[in-house]
Amino acid sequence: MTDATLTRRTAGELAALLQAREVSSVEVTQAHLDRIADVDDAVHAFLHVSADEALAAARAVDARRAAGEQLHGLAGVPVAVKDVVVTRGMPTTAGSRILEGWVPPYDATLVERLRAAGLPILGKTNCDEFAMGSSTEHSGYGPTHNPWDLARIPGGSGGGSAAAVAAYEAPLAIGTDTGGSIRQPAAVTGTVGVKPTYGGVSRYGLVALASSLDQAGPVTRTVLDSALLHEVIGGHDPRDSTSLPEPLPGLVAATHAPDVRGLRVGVVRQLSGDGYQPGVRASFEAAVGILAEAGAEVVEVSCPSFEYALSAYYLILPAEASSNLARFDGMRYGLRVEPAEGPVTAERVMAATRGAGFGDEVKRRVILGTYALSAGYYDAYYGTAQKVRTLIQRDFAAAFAQADVLVSPTAPTTAFRLGEKLDDPLAMYLNDVATIPANLAGIPGLSLPSGLSDDGLPVGFQVLAPARADDRLYRVGAFLEAALVERWGGPILAAAPELEVSAR
Amino acid sequence: MSVTTDALLPFDEAVARFDPVIGLEVHVELGTLSKMFDGAGTTFGDAPNSLVTPVSLGLPGALPVVNRGAVERGIRLGLALGCEIAQTCRFARKNYFYPDLTKNFQTSQYDEPIAFDGRVEVELEDGTTVAVEIERAHLEEDAGKNTHVGGATGRIHGAEYSLVDYNRAGIPLVEVVTRPILGTGARAPEVARAYVQLLRDLVRALGVSEGRMERGHVRADVNVSLRPSPDAPLGTRTETKNVNSFRSVERAVRHEIQRQAAVLAAGGTVLQETRHWHEESGTTSPGRVKSDADDYRYFPEPDLVPIAPSRAWVEEIRASLPEAPAVRRRRLQADWAFTDAEMRDVVNAGAVELVAATVAAGAAPAAARKWWTGELARTANARGVDVTELPVTPVDVAALQALVTTGRITDTIARQVLEGVLAGEGTPEAVVAARGLEVVSDDGALLEAVDAALAAQPDVAAKIRAGKVQAAGAIVGAVMKATRGRADAARVRALVLERVGS
Repeated sequence: MTDATLTRRTAGELAALLQAREVSSVEVTQAHLDRIADVDDAVHAFLHVSADEALAAARAVDARRAAGEQLHGLAGVPVAVKDVVVTRGMPTTAGSRILEGWVPPYDATLVERLRAAGLPILGKTNCDEFAMGSSTEHSGYGPTHNPWDLARIPGGSGGGSAAAVAAYEAPLAIGTDTGGSIRQPAAVTGTVGVKPTYGGVSRYGLVALASSLDQAGPVTRTVLDSALLHEVIGGHDPRDSTSLPEPLPGLVAATHAPDVRGLRVGVVRQLSGDGYQPGVRASFEAAVGILAEAGAEVVEVSCPSFEYALSAYYLILPAEASSNLARFDGMRYGLRVEPAEGPVTAERVMAATRGAGFGDEVKRRVILGTYALSAGYYDAYYGTAQKVRTLIQRDFAAAFAQADVLVSPTAPTTAFRLGEKLDDPLAMYLNDVATIPANLAGIPGLSLPSGLSDDGLPVGFQVLAPARADDRLYRVGAFLEAALVERWGGPILAAAPELEVSAR
Repeated sequence: MSVTTDALLPFDEAVARFDPVIGLEVHVELGTLSKMFDGAGTTFGDAPNSLVTPVSLGLPGALPVVNRGAVERGIRLGLALGCEIAQTCRFARKNYFYPDLTKNFQTSQYDEPIAFDGRVEVELEDGTTVAVEIERAHLEEDAGKNTHVGGATGRIHGAEYSLVDYNRAGIPLVEVVTRPILGTGARAPEVARAYVQLLRDLVRALGVSEGRMERGHVRADVNVSLRPSPDAPLGTRTETKNVNSFRSVERAVRHEIQRQAAVLAAGGTVLQETRHWHEESGTTSPGRVKSDADDYRYFPEPDLVPIAPSRAWVEEIRASLPEAPAVRRRRLQADWAFTDAEMRDVVNAGAVELVAATVAAGAAPAAARKWWTGELARTANARGVDVTELPVTPVDVAALQALVTTGRITDTIARQVLEGVLAGEGTPEAVVAARGLEVVSDDGALLEAVDAALAAQPDVAAKIRAGKVQAAGAIVGAVMKATRGRADAARVRALVLERVGS
């Protein structure tokens, strides 16, 4: 029997315990595997649990520590990885039936870095199919449930990673964020999630949704833990041509004795007000008040082009996705379906495979994207969307001339009920209205809990910084987190109901 | 109206009634060690699907990284074609579904080629030159190779199943596209051939490709259209794909001119389509009908950043360009003192560089030419290979000629030595030694043979003694036979006369 309290520790605390040799990585890893066995039937955060590999990695770290080797600071702390990230020897489906059973022959760069740093990988977390969605309801393998209320969505697409962290199944998780897939799940599960600057974390090995928007990042319970994980996975990778050449700014360092005095905090007028739940607005305003009290200079900034961000996003993303997803055709790997009748030609196998293997949301976006790129429509759709993207980048540039960071609620509402928006794609898309602009501009964003709404569910507070200034997110995030935790008398997750442990 | 596609008008009549316009799109495989966007190897003839990485297999998550060497070769070729080099250019995705494309899109330059607006002078066999304008030269990746198994023809129709080899997938190509080539009239087929040949010579001279036609390093798509007169607007063109030898390029243009002329002469219309080339019959057949509805949904490749070659780099490459093949040929012809006809033989044998190397290794130009356009060209032809592919080097040929020049072997023996070299028996020296072919220069041994021959033919000996010196030939022949050709005939003759006279 392992020590169940180990799962309540932050990654930073576990790292300290491991370094002091008070616990072994095997104990920590086993505690999390036990927790997964206890609660994941109800939460369904994982699509695949790699218990044997995780324990083998933990044993290896323990042996190296015993031998007196110099180890990475996080060595031995387990991590969960979103299923859109390829893992050598471990199934990777991206939440899609079309990749069921595919075992990649290679590791994503960020996975190589996790392994090299000695972080045992607990398994692969659930997500909307190919990361298309805001609720995990579009997963080909059933939705993930929000640990705060199992009848509600955990956000998406990275609901599995956020729920795993919120339910203490993992101290750390990897997410990917194309339009908010790290930040919005963090917001609705009371956890912390960071979308780094575009190019800050290698995309090599991320099953691509929209290449110009995708970015991997940390999903954790504290700001410090995100900084620790971000430093493991970030930095230049020659295998990703869009990877930034310069080293990361000091992220963990930015969380030490954070201070916001004199910091100019811009409240984006277009990312609050109408359409935002009153309880969300109240929580957001209170958090801004804390920053002001601490000496930050709060200013209002205007980003008029944000009005068009959602429309531009839903042209650029489907266009790139329609091309990125073309390779899933049954010819080389994954699902292969032969037509029920008629000749079995390559073209007909491709059509049958894609018809059977893709879910409705994927088909919807592939069709949208194919249309947007078609001759005669390209300029009106894809071309115009790229112009809007430029305008949004200019809005950010102007806003960052007035403010060091920008802030907004992460999502307009708290977690909604499973099924509530499933038949209304536009309502679902609106969830990401506050997170999408950062992806279009390539800038970094962080979400941390700012409190509970009047419905008793967590609210996310978003901090945005200029490209390459990810350290500012951690400085503001760490300050606000400390102030809030002091007011609450403990972490917000302490307010979440205890999950029932299933019989084993 | 319906017109049969296999009707042909005689060529002379076709070009008398219509003005042909041609255009060529030539794919050149760049001889880089690794692929366009990943580190997989590019060697020829390896086991299927052994030269692949997650990138060239298009596995989920894999990302491309541009091969700097391929960009450099693209710039090199662009400069040699007199092109401008782009200040900045991007790759695009050309989207279509086909099993030989691992990602179901080809990463290719589209509206932003690395090189554009060039011009080359093409020299025909009789020395006439024709200017060909280059629209652009762009970088792209090759697709895999499909093999259709079970059908009668090796084509997809009727095949039981198909195999795909992705070793070729991702190999870097430069596609060189000409502007329409006007005003060539009856010489259009010859111009097309000469242009492709020039391009092949150029890529070899530049070192950007091995330029081996039989391995598909240079593949031409041939565009042909006809119009009633040079003042008329351009007619509808057909694009005959994958014409892979010089002779076929010429034949394909000729055939399309004759076929289209027959269609037009019968009052029909030429369809805008791609056509397949049939090597055996020298004909084309319809492929896909091309229309403006062909939609590859091009968009800029978001996984790559723009290529912005610095001007300093471009100038560095320009400074390292070798002499253009045509200029080099003219200079070499003067250096070697060859007549136009002699030089043409060398060029047509594809042996300019071989002769140059043989001369550099010490042979006289005339002797080098004689070997490469004579014995060796015939051998290559008989073996059905390029003369460059024979297992004999210019150094071997120079060594062989030196043996003749110094009198150590005779001309006749030299051919035997060459056979030995071609059979892999080693250098000419080694073959001479191993086969015992050196000229017998020991007078003692020769005198024995002369005496034996004189004794065997006393009547001939008597004639010589009587002053009929020309009769000595019979004795010389007998000696040559006895020494299996290893004797110097002039020396033998001198010995015979000396012996009889004494």
